Amino acid sequence: MLKPFLAVLARDLLLAWRGRADVLVTLGFFVIVVCLFPFGVGAEPNQLRAIAPGVLWVAALLATLLSLHRLFGQDFTDGTLEQLLLSPEPTVLWVLAKILAYWLTTSLPLVVAAPGLGLLFDMEQGGLRVLSLSLALGTPILSLLGAVGAALTLGLRGGGMLLALLVLPLFVPILIFGAGSVEAHLSGSGASAHLLLLSGGALAALVLAPWACAAALRVAAE
Amino acid sequence: MTMQPSRGFHFFHFAAPQTFYPLAGRLAPVFAVLAAVLAAIGLWLSFFVAPTDATQGEVYRVIFIHVPAAWMSMFVYLVMAFWSAMGIIFNTRLSALMARALAPTGAMFCFVALWTGALWGRPTWGAYWVWDARLTSQLLLLFLYFGYIALTEAIEDPRRGDRAGAILALVGAVNVPVIYFSVKWWNTLHQGASVSLTKAPSMATTMLGGMLIMALAAWAYTIAVALWRVRSLILERERHTDWVGAELDRQGARP
Amino acid sequence: MLETRSLACLRGDRLLFRGLDFSLAPGEMVRVLGPNGMGKTSLLRMLCGLVAPEAGEVLWGGTPVQREREDFHRALLYLGHAAALNDLLSPLENLRFAVRAAGDAVETAACNAALERIGLAAQRDLPSRVLSQGQRRRVGLARLFLSAARPLWVLDEPFNALDIDAVAGLAATLDAHCAQGGMVLLTTHQDVAFSTPLRHLDLRSVAC
Repeated sequence: MLKPFLAVLARDLLLAWRGRADVLVTLGFFVIVVCLFPFGVGAEPNQLRAIAPGVLWVAALLATLLSLHRLFGQDFTDGTLEQLLLSPEPTVLWVLAKILAYWLTTSLPLVVAAPGLGLLFDMEQGGLRVLSLSLALGTPILSLLGAVGAALTLGLRGGGMLLALLVLPLFVPILIFGAGSVEAHLSGSGASAHLLLLSGGALAALVLAPWACAAALRVAAE
Repeated sequence: MTMQPSRGFHFFHFAAPQTFYPLAGRLAPVFAVLAAVLAAIGLWLSFFVAPTDATQGEVYRVIFIHVPAAWMSMFVYLVMAFWSAMGIIFNTRLSALMARALAPTGAMFCFVALWTGALWGRPTWGAYWVWDARLTSQLLLLFLYFGYIALTEAIEDPRRGDRAGAILALVGAVNVPVIYFSVKWWNTLHQGASVSLTKAPSMATTMLGGMLIMALAAWAYTIAVALWRVRSLILERERHTDWVGAELDRQGARP
Repeated sequence: MLETRSLACLRGDRLLFRGLDFSLAPGEMVRVLGPNGMGKTSLLRMLCGLVAPEAGEVLWGGTPVQREREDFHRALLYLGHAAALNDLLSPLENLRFAVRAAGDAVETAACNAALERIGLAAQRDLPSRVLSQGQRRRVGLARLFLSAARPLWVLDEPFNALDIDAVAGLAATLDAHCAQGGMVLLTTHQDVAFSTPLRHLDLRSVAC
């Protein structure tokens, strides 16, 4: 049962390593977008502190969105997807493996880099911890929901823009609870409610999204 | 040449496009007339009978359009999700066509709700737009409609479009309550005191009556338009079949 | 045994064929005939379960394939137009992945032997992007040597881009599979000599 899961996971991690420039480009995009905001809104420290959680979260969301095409695009073009769909093992398993590999190689670097960028916005220690935690809990949901969108738009002309239209409204709750958790912590009301809701969302997405994604992939491969 | 498997079920009898097409043609005008009559009564009630509101003056009358449109926009999305689920479970072609036929009407009501909300908001709140929880979730619902329409139109193979749209509609339907509650949560944190729609003054019976009749008119309108749209979708889909050829000849629509 | 019952295929909004009944028994080899755009590839993909039939059904051992999807896919080897090669992986890595993803146990020695038999021993560890068209096709075909246990082989244009020797070798492999009770369903534009009696399935006879 786990054989295809591990095979897909190992292969996608190896591919990410071989094509590590792509991974670094995503990280670079994240850093640059975050660094743009002080130029736009001014470098007043209080204001920067106030917008930091939202800026970091929106940047993480956009970085995810722009890298989602990597998840299935290559496999769709070269016929690997077809072969995977013909595997006797359950489709959701290897779909999950692909999403896990994607999260490890795309979102995890963002989670690691975020506290460093938070320092540029003069965020304090506790806020940075909550920010990392919220990103660690929230980015899996972004990957899972994004995977459904990526599967639905596979092979379509103008798929990138369409993907944004499909998944960004779905990302709003994650943005609200993710950025909200840091603000709640800073305002003294405590971030645990936000973080619990994010974990609940992550679990729900983990259970439901792979099925939708598998169905969408079957439709796309027709 | 319809390829529907023949089943004993009565439901599936009308699930075949060929049998549903004439039925829809008979039902649509009925609902259209119903919609027109109800809208006439509803508008008369709302603009001439219902009393002027003590605090808001005449401007409140926009709710007779705003509230039914907002209800309808949410309800249509649920109906779309229902038809999508039916299409996935029973593999009936008509279900996906129903979902597709409903989407533009749902988006239209969504837009009307936002537009009338802004018109109401300007004199009441002093701004066309405030990031109120209802307005914001209504806006996100409009994006969900746009996403559905854009996806189904972007996919050239109609069957693939149907099925991808169905998956999206279901994913969206699961997310609609999540979006609504998250936006509400966010809203209470960010702006405590603003005029809230929930604190509307207690309504006179005529107001409530007008609103309900307008809601029924919106229902009838949606059904009529969806039926007409599904008829053209059926013709487009099945244009290579013999029965559509005969139908087009009958209407004199084919040279 | 693979059977179809009044199968119909819709591509876009065009009905390509309908009422297709045919069966493939152990030891048989069937070549699907028909001009381009007649739905040969669609038929193969439909038989594999990648495309849902517009009407009719596909049976494996008497049961509809959707009902016993896992068993059917365990018995099936499908090689399509695309070779399912990732450019960043070597032929060996691609082959190992393909076998593991299909749920089979894989031994590197067996993969090496398969690549050697198909004539890619020298390219084994190169990145696949440097391979020629014919070599890419061969990496896909190497799976045949690792899939003797799968009775049903469905091959879409397996002879494309192969040189004469490779064509003869592949034909011999397919013959051997049939001789051992396997089933082969293929499309090809070339006339290849097989020792197995070749049955033809002409899509023109069921075209719309």
